[in-house]
Amino acid sequence: MTGHLRATLRDIAVVAFAQSVAPDPGLSETEMLLPVLTDVLAQAGLAPGEADFTCSGSSDYLAGRPFSFTMTLDGVGAWPPVAESHVEADGAWALYEAWVKLLTGDADTALVYACGKPTAGDLEDVLTRQLDPCCTAPLWPGPAALAGLQAQALADAGGTVPPGPGSTVVDGAAAVVLAAGDRARAMCARPAWIHGIDHRIEPHALGVRDLTRSPSTRLAAERAGAFEAPVDTAELHASHPAQEVILRRELRLTDDVVVTPSGGAPAADPVMATGLIRIGEAADRIRRGESDRALAHATSGPCLQHNLVAVLEGERRP
Amino acid sequence: MSAVHAVHATHAVHKEPVAVVGIGQTKHAAARRDVSIAGLVREAARRALDDAELDWTDIEAVVLGKAPDFFEGVMMPELHLADALGAAGKPVLRVHTAGSVGGSTALVAANLVAARIHGTVLALAFEKQSESNAMWGLSLPVPFQPPLLAGAGGFFAPHVRAYIRRTGAPPGVGALVAYKDRRNALKNPYAHLHEHGITLEKVRSSPMLWDPVRYSETCPSSDGACAVVLTGRAGAARSPHPPAWLHGGAMRSEPTLFAGKDFVSPRAGRDCAADVYRQAGITDPRGEIDVAELYVPFSWYEPMWLENLGFAAEGEGWKLTESGATALDGDLPVNPSGGVLSTNPIGASGLIRFAEAALQVRGRAGEHQVDGVRRALGHAYGGGAQFFAMWLVGDRPPGG
Amino acid sequence: MALTAPLVVEFPFTRSLGPVQSAFLTGLRERTVLGVRTADGRVLVPPAEYDPGTAEELRDLVEVGSTGTVTTWSWEPDPRPKRPLRTPFAWVLVRLDGADTALLHALDAPGPEAVHTGMRVRIRWAAERTGAITDIACFEPYGGEERRAHVTPHSGQFADPVTVLTTPARLDYTYTPGRAQSRHLDALARHRITGERCPACRKVYVPPRGVCPTCGVATAEEVDVGPRGTVTTFCVVNIKARHLDIDVPYVYAHIALDGADLALHGRIAGIPCEQVRMGLRVEPVWTGDGRHPDHYRPTGEPDAAYDTYKGLL
Repeated sequence: MTGHLRATLRDIAVVAFAQSVAPDPGLSETEMLLPVLTDVLAQAGLAPGEADFTCSGSSDYLAGRPFSFTMTLDGVGAWPPVAESHVEADGAWALYEAWVKLLTGDADTALVYACGKPTAGDLEDVLTRQLDPCCTAPLWPGPAALAGLQAQALADAGGTVPPGPGSTVVDGAAAVVLAAGDRARAMCARPAWIHGIDHRIEPHALGVRDLTRSPSTRLAAERAGAFEAPVDTAELHASHPAQEVILRRELRLTDDVVVTPSGGAPAADPVMATGLIRIGEAADRIRRGESDRALAHATSGPCLQHNLVAVLEGERRP
Repeated sequence: MSAVHAVHATHAVHKEPVAVVGIGQTKHAAARRDVSIAGLVREAARRALDDAELDWTDIEAVVLGKAPDFFEGVMMPELHLADALGAAGKPVLRVHTAGSVGGSTALVAANLVAARIHGTVLALAFEKQSESNAMWGLSLPVPFQPPLLAGAGGFFAPHVRAYIRRTGAPPGVGALVAYKDRRNALKNPYAHLHEHGITLEKVRSSPMLWDPVRYSETCPSSDGACAVVLTGRAGAARSPHPPAWLHGGAMRSEPTLFAGKDFVSPRAGRDCAADVYRQAGITDPRGEIDVAELYVPFSWYEPMWLENLGFAAEGEGWKLTESGATALDGDLPVNPSGGVLSTNPIGASGLIRFAEAALQVRGRAGEHQVDGVRRALGHAYGGGAQFFAMWLVGDRPPGG
Repeated sequence: MALTAPLVVEFPFTRSLGPVQSAFLTGLRERTVLGVRTADGRVLVPPAEYDPGTAEELRDLVEVGSTGTVTTWSWEPDPRPKRPLRTPFAWVLVRLDGADTALLHALDAPGPEAVHTGMRVRIRWAAERTGAITDIACFEPYGGEERRAHVTPHSGQFADPVTVLTTPARLDYTYTPGRAQSRHLDALARHRITGERCPACRKVYVPPRGVCPTCGVATAEEVDVGPRGTVTTFCVVNIKARHLDIDVPYVYAHIALDGADLALHGRIAGIPCEQVRMGLRVEPVWTGDGRHPDHYRPTGEPDAAYDTYKGLL
């Protein structure tokens, strides 16, 4: 039994979301994060440290320091000690870990956050460190080059790549509160229920993949239940226009779907928080009554190697 | 809105019981020059699959843990290692909770089974420290901060001194732990250090590096990986060897530095153990737990953790060590594998503790097997003694 | 005013290669391109140790051609020194003749108009080759047709094989300690030690981090602390750290400054190591133009009683 909501043990919802993009560059990561945590906890009516589980996402390679996440824990108020974990990835994967924790019944509420200062380094260099350490990383091909390979492959395959900006890399932090069942209802007038979340990875090397496709996105969407009913909104984590074309196709988004109304990564790409923000933005549309069924997508790795899809739903209105 | 939301939780949730059915680790060494990083993780994963008599297609998801990416100079190496771990088309989740990460990796993987998201999951943790240099990776200079004055051992030694002051422990207890663990390692073919000529006198006369911590009381820096296969009741029923059952697991964190922090016996450690014991129905850890694999990077941390984890009253941990109770033939063997003092691939060290605890209840620990183990504790910690992860495993299903 | 400073993370990582990558990179040194054959007969170049689809271990090496076909490309206007060419070039995925997968590298071309998918290219070998991907200097345009028959079995054995690859990596960052630390560091430069008090629990944090880590609330109230303090615990360092220019032995201590609610770390000098003790009263000593105290020295006051600092251990 894998991956389908029918098998899950309880209902979990996004009940609060806060973000800060492009804050004062003089702030430390913790100082950047703290107001976001304060905001999201206030929305959910939780005190610092009160959530049953805390999980964060960040990358030492963005910060340039090992164990960088240990200092951002200062913003959480982890006293008395808290049940807490961290993923070295976009915060969307931290949300996934927290969702799993809530499903087990060991926690009813979770604080999820992500934090990154990608402008501290040069992403054109930093992200090359994700590539095969012997055969690819020594050539230092930056993310712009890899995006270009993908766009050209799409164009060669007859796809139309609309002109448009790439991502706008900024610093930022984001936070979400998850809650189960009646706790969620008590915290939020219209919780964004997580119908399903799934994520899948593909082989690493670009030369063994069909760069015009994203089978991992398709599979994650299937497993998350995205195709069981139409979505009205999709928040996509696409760092250039070709990726959006590929994602729209794999996610079978029709023209009437509102795609990335937040502006997405082209508007603001606080790396390691960008994916979590897609989930938060989609949830906010539901919480505000602007969407009944929304899809959120997050990606990691070169050329859409690793993809996560969440399907969120609002209660049916009378 | 699907009908599922008509079922309004928060009613009692029935988790899937979690079983460990496969365990594998590499031969650990200062430098495994014979394998790539992919080859290293593969060696552990393949052994875990062989132990479970499973193949890559039986694994539905992979959870991968390691300490800082700077150790190998590969950012988010799970991307590059997806192929070696048979992960194409599967979920891969990467955990990093500092030194406790190996333990956290197992617990995150266990939750995937407990929540019935996946039937069978591979948890793997590794460190290939020879790709860089552990001290470089641990002490990268940060602008404006005074230089780190003491190296890894110097960070811990003042806390050892505080423990000795607080408890009145005699100065030789640390050497007893180091001698015991290095001797235990001689019975573990995977251990990094095999000091065949070790004697208590050699430990006692080894150089005093960070007074009160001697050279022989410190952990090595290792290349190594460890993998465990976790599954539910159906998977356990098909297991060719006895499974270890998860009776309790927890993580606790406290801030890095704060007013009132107790470095000798951190509250996060005490709370984490209390949570695990509550889940497992343990009221007397000393009487009810048969073996403990504790994260002891410097010898004195054995008596310190014995108190922190409730095996001894406050101030009495050193007496337990001194009495021989924690030796392989004692009534509470601690680190029969040789522990972190004998093998320390940082990111994997916590998972090795968890795996060794499981090996003991499965009766598959080989020469360092303790007779008749029914319950064993695996323990990991990291950061500034701020992140804790533990599990308690038993030879029977929980509640059974 | 928030401080910033350059932060360089640099290391010559040593990559142990394992059998397949060792053969591949040693082959490049010998101007021989090796791939690996999968169970379903495909040839992967660069060779993988494990089948990307099935995870099966792959060891069946074959030699492929040094000419190939571009499968996709992108123009690189920024030929920074770390990259393969010193002038603008194209990144290309090249399927070498005989291979079923493509290799990423650079193509030397005068401009993007000279590059297209499907174009034929060949390897330009580096003059000096050491067993690294950079032994391929780049690709260059080539007029010849594709030849499938190029694949021949290869033992992967070479004299003096490369087994470890050194891959230097330098990354440059701008480090920002943040507002609270900047205020503290400014004061330190004037030989003043400041902390910040939590508005909720009233504890004083030194150095301040802008937040009370136990309450999760912002701190802003600046408080002078010290300069005197008490050694709460310490160790004697007898092993010289590679990055430090301090003679051993020396004492590394935790010091609770008067008025602070947690200890900071510092070196004790002006007293023989064996005379340093818990409870010793000390004060900071600045030397040169250092921002941080160089060390702490005894004040000569009577030792603090254990009960006064045991909560700070």
